[in-house]
Amino acid sequence: MEILKPAMAGTLESSDAQVMVEPGEDGIELSLESSVMNQYGRQIKATVLETLERLGVENARVAVVDKGALDCTIKARVECAVFRSCGQSAENIPWGGAVK
Amino acid sequence: MKNAVGRDIPDFLLVDGKEVYQGKNYMDGKYLQKAAPKTRRYEKPQESKIVSSLVDALKQCGAKSGMTFSFHHHLRDGDFVVNMVMKAAIEELGLEDLTIAASSLGSAHDPIADYIEQGKVVGIQTSGIRGRMGEVVSKGKLKTRAIIRSHGGRPRAIEAGEVHIDIAFIAAPTSDCVGNCRGIGGKSNCGSMGYAMTDAKYADHVVVVTDCLVDFPNMPASVEAIDVDAVVVVDSIGNPKKIASAAARISQNPRDLMMAEDVARVIASTPYFKDGFSFQTGVGGPSLAANLFLEKYMDERNIKMGWAIGGICGPMVEMLKKGKVGKVIDVQDFDLDAVNSINQTPNHFEMSASQYANPANKGAFVNKLDFVVLAALEIDTGFNVNVLTGSDGILRGAPGGHPDTAAGSKCCIIVTPLIRGRMATVCEHVVTVTTPGDCVDVLVTDYGIAVNPLRPDLIECLDNAGIKHVPIEELKEKAYSMVGRPDDLQWEDEVVAVLEARDGTILDVIRKIKPYTLED
Amino acid sequence: MIPRPRPERFRLRRTMMFMNAQKPGLIKDAYIYGCDSIMLDLEDAVAENQKDAARFSLYHALKTIDYGDTEVIVRINGLDTPHWQEDIRVCVAGGADGIRIAKCESAQDVLTVEKAVEKAEEEFGVEKGRTLLMAALESPKGILNAYEICSASERMLGVAISGGDFRKCMQTKPTPDGIDMVTARGMMLIAARAAGVQCFDTVFTNLDDQEGFEAEVLQNKAMGFDGKSLINPKQIRFVHQVFAPTEKEIIQAEKIVRAYREQSAAGVGVFTVDGKMIDIAFIPGAERTLKLARACGLWEGDLV
Repeated sequence: MEILKPAMAGTLESSDAQVMVEPGEDGIELSLESSVMNQYGRQIKATVLETLERLGVENARVAVVDKGALDCTIKARVECAVFRSCGQSAENIPWGGAVK
Repeated sequence: MKNAVGRDIPDFLLVDGKEVYQGKNYMDGKYLQKAAPKTRRYEKPQESKIVSSLVDALKQCGAKSGMTFSFHHHLRDGDFVVNMVMKAAIEELGLEDLTIAASSLGSAHDPIADYIEQGKVVGIQTSGIRGRMGEVVSKGKLKTRAIIRSHGGRPRAIEAGEVHIDIAFIAAPTSDCVGNCRGIGGKSNCGSMGYAMTDAKYADHVVVVTDCLVDFPNMPASVEAIDVDAVVVVDSIGNPKKIASAAARISQNPRDLMMAEDVARVIASTPYFKDGFSFQTGVGGPSLAANLFLEKYMDERNIKMGWAIGGICGPMVEMLKKGKVGKVIDVQDFDLDAVNSINQTPNHFEMSASQYANPANKGAFVNKLDFVVLAALEIDTGFNVNVLTGSDGILRGAPGGHPDTAAGSKCCIIVTPLIRGRMATVCEHVVTVTTPGDCVDVLVTDYGIAVNPLRPDLIECLDNAGIKHVPIEELKEKAYSMVGRPDDLQWEDEVVAVLEARDGTILDVIRKIKPYTLED
Repeated sequence: MIPRPRPERFRLRRTMMFMNAQKPGLIKDAYIYGCDSIMLDLEDAVAENQKDAARFSLYHALKTIDYGDTEVIVRINGLDTPHWQEDIRVCVAGGADGIRIAKCESAQDVLTVEKAVEKAEEEFGVEKGRTLLMAALESPKGILNAYEICSASERMLGVAISGGDFRKCMQTKPTPDGIDMVTARGMMLIAARAAGVQCFDTVFTNLDDQEGFEAEVLQNKAMGFDGKSLINPKQIRFVHQVFAPTEKEIIQAEKIVRAYREQSAAGVGVFTVDGKMIDIAFIPGAERTLKLARACGLWEGDLV
């Protein structure tokens, strides 16, 4: 998928994560803040990158502010932000396909 | 050298008779030579000890660089006195190389972090350390290693002369002109002044700082004039709103209530739950809520609590007034209900930190405790508890009375949710061992209960009562299955703080944390 | 990924607890409180501009969280909104046990949803007929059509009344004795029993009024409801207490089932237990009592 416009998903509440995506040119540029950085920073990074790869996002600026979200929440927020940026978040989501 | 909880204590710390932690009651029966202070004689009758400023008080007490100043933490996050005194000493008198020996420090003391970074404050000895001060100490900015002690370990160390207090500063809600102090009757009331009592007896000099001068004699005094050199009257010693909350409310959080109910069930299943039993609870959500459910079991079996100790707040005072508990003896008050009750409600008494929890005296209250209910930041599969360092390895907590009550009580119950956000509370290894596992008996979480295998008697009690429990490893695995296995924290070699067990041996050390990188 | 067992159309549903599907901190482990069913809400709890985000959350929650024996039902948005079709797709793809149809007014509403569910089951390779349905009756028309709604589909597990909207339609407010809804509750119950599906009462929203809550639960039990929708875990305990069978009922049920097994093995159809005539018609009720007793932790036998 191609990131068309800036989009955001998630909140800054405890156990949630806020994900912001913007169009980018040179691969994935990830910035990550996390309340559990020292223990889970690398795992969160890996989850974000895997999710983007599954969605076929190759170029994007991605900013994640994590407040101790579980992996399933991080995935959900990244996916929602990406689909929103393409204006495709409301229907015909490929559940179990690119979203899994 | 590895200690009894498996922590590697560097040899360079094991000097001057310092030993590693060897298990609970290791020091039992040994003798202690108490250290006496060198105090000034005031033989000539004095009309008043009031001096005009902190600077004058410091001068009168011979303050100089390199000294150790002590403070109590009854004003909690509302305290102005630590900052006020350090500012006078450093900025007005130009003193350096000072050590702060406080019963606890909190985010109210953020400005002290600057003095640490400037090298003016070079030593910290405390039970609690939080906020910016915790961060700068964790970063290795303090010139000497900080020393962390429990509430019982502190009076032990003072009495043993391991901490020599040059000047004790006693923040006093009320004082008379010669230094009889009380925690009530003023505008910044804190109730009990238990943590200040040993300081007053063992410091070379004692300065009372008050914002409410009352007629002589201010009785019954928590700190007595016979130990006081000078009295300084200031505009305000603290922010009352942050000293004591209006009233500690029992949590309505369903998770807290569910755990609290299990805590009460566990208590009621043991043989110690009989008429006259003794009890202490923390003021965290589920710990405090346990009061509520315990009362139901007490009514059901028609028994009363003999006595309760601790940091005290409203719900316990309420039980005292209803006649459900015989006596309440407290070292600290957490809300206005407790502040207004101490020494006023019949059978509500004050005690010193030593009387409360000191393992080296001849019998502290904690030694007679049947139950204590406590919280934890982390607990590992050896039942070791951490209440000091955050999951990022930064100092942001306090052992407080946790290790003391756990060691003294017959049944120590830890109550905590299995995970907080993404952090597994039940884990493989806690970041720092603040309470050794051999002192902890039962763990109650929102996902189940575990009993320390060292307590087969309690396992039998739970089984007989039909209370389900699982091995603690199962709870840990459940936690990791939800949050994922955390990366190990990466440390530098440098030790920034030493954590003493209550008996003075070394329980753990806190090292400088390595900066984290996202690259593998 | 957590494989969930095939949903059971008839099972114990004393308590159904609502949870906002958009709140990660809530849905991660709502089952620990011991309710029989969790109701993950895509409708009223989720703001209009977060419907999409809630579906992503819901999908991954369904796929990764082990809800154990707790039934997972999803409340979807009404058929008059642009959201319900995608709601159904995500429920089926994620493997929810059931779907609660909001504002259901006719058998046709049930059929409309059923058709979309079937299509989704086909799209996502889910066993046909796996996804159960239940209907929320929120209007006078829904109540009047209760029987046709209850019997509209083999997937229907039950109906629930939704007090907030219903009272608005009727221009009434909650009363302590429940007189405001007694007729609607009664009509719905009769329809559900006639159609052979379960029937659930609405939520009690004033958390500070424990007395009022308890009175309503007792009335629910007396009227014959199977269970109640809840908004807070602290309400679970009392409902389970009230809906638990008494010791006498359990002993009686055990005797009936045991006697029936023995007598029917010997070819006897009608017999007496404690002087009372018993035949096959008593068996389902007695078995239900024993299952309920076991779920309530009051009985440990293996007869059922």
